[in-house]
Amino acid sequence: MVTEGAIWAALADVRDPEIPPVSIVDMGMVHRVTVAGPRVRVEIMPTFVGCPALEIIRRDAEDRLRAVPGVEEVEVAFVLDPPWSSDRITAEGRRRLRSFGIAPPPPGSAGAPLLPAPEEVPACPYCGSTDTHLENLFGPTACRSIYYCDGCRQPFERMKRV
Amino acid sequence: MIALLYQLADDELVIGHRDSEWLGLAPHIEEDVAFSSIAQDEVGHAALFFRLLEELGQGRADDLAFLRPAGRRRNAVLLERPNGPGTYLDEPRFDWAYTVVRRLAYDLFDAIRLEVLCSSSYAPLAQAAAKVRREERYHLLHHTTWFRRLATGTDESRRRLEAAVAAVWPDVGGLFTPGEVAPGPHFPVRPDELAGRWAERMAPLFAEVGLTWPGRPESAAAPGADGRLGQHTPDLEGLLSTMGEVYRTAPGAAW
Repeated sequence: MVTEGAIWAALADVRDPEIPPVSIVDMGMVHRVTVAGPRVRVEIMPTFVGCPALEIIRRDAEDRLRAVPGVEEVEVAFVLDPPWSSDRITAEGRRRLRSFGIAPPPPGSAGAPLLPAPEEVPACPYCGSTDTHLENLFGPTACRSIYYCDGCRQPFERMKRV
Repeated sequence: MIALLYQLADDELVIGHRDSEWLGLAPHIEEDVAFSSIAQDEVGHAALFFRLLEELGQGRADDLAFLRPAGRRRNAVLLERPNGPGTYLDEPRFDWAYTVVRRLAYDLFDAIRLEVLCSSSYAPLAQAAAKVRREERYHLLHHTTWFRRLATGTDESRRRLEAAVAAVWPDVGGLFTPGEVAPGPHFPVRPDELAGRWAERMAPLFAEVGLTWPGRPESAAAPGADGRLGQHTPDLEGLLSTMGEVYRTAPGAAW
């Protein structure tokens, strides 16, 4: 008997290929899990439409779910409704992002102005300083911007607000 | 519906390819990173719209992207213009100011088009528009920032910006021509309304930086160059030839 709980637990093992400490569950990318006997369907929300990691995520999720006892068929679908938002990143996901050197956007900031007001610049994930500034709205992946910490003099990244 | 999806997919793919040609040539390394990211976003959006066309029985998404000849493309001519003299591999003397003005003109058009599409009666398109719109906000902000920077920078940057506005403007009307798309529940807006909304939001930016407003674009392409009807310049042929080279050489290749 396959349970939804077992599927969610297995999905917590599926890593974001570009941010390995963080799972797709931490990122809030899993919209829905449906279990019908030995058949499982998982709906995943892409963070960004053009994210090249999506097919890797699909493959990793399928492989992991096929290893769950009792599972015979797996379907992983990408859905745009509801659209993923950075507000969906869990508290644990935010902690793990920081441990990887990426500042998470504050919760509840989806749809807010793209440039943070001076009083809400992100804290440096390395030293905690708020003496930071935006270097580049765009970063090494579609979902991140580049900041610079004037406290510890290191660049760091921040998940974009979407 | 299908005609509308071709416009969306072709616009995003062609401008995404032009963006990608800045790789290694942008004014500084941060801008290289930015343009690579923007190009990736646009090509990703194109892939999404081509998948919607595939679901509607138009053929395989990759074939639609890489194999259709210029005469079947529905992108606006503005988006196929080269980034400047030369080519990526041969003496690229690309024009940054032209790129900034072209991108700003397109990003604002696209923002308004996506706003309209969020209330499309075709649910898959409305959902796609809602998602894509969240990403495109970053492009519009970025190019607005560059427009202000060039306008208020040096005498040379301002002169180059003015020349770029003069070069871009004759092509702007071609963004708004409807081609085979009739206003209706799928796309509830008239072309002249679109152009009007665009001008209402663009003119204040010109006023802010003290540039002469070149006038509201008419929803009309230059004669014989309405990309929405498949009329294109030789520059699109060159772009398609480069873009589809690997796909034609090694069909089915995966990497």
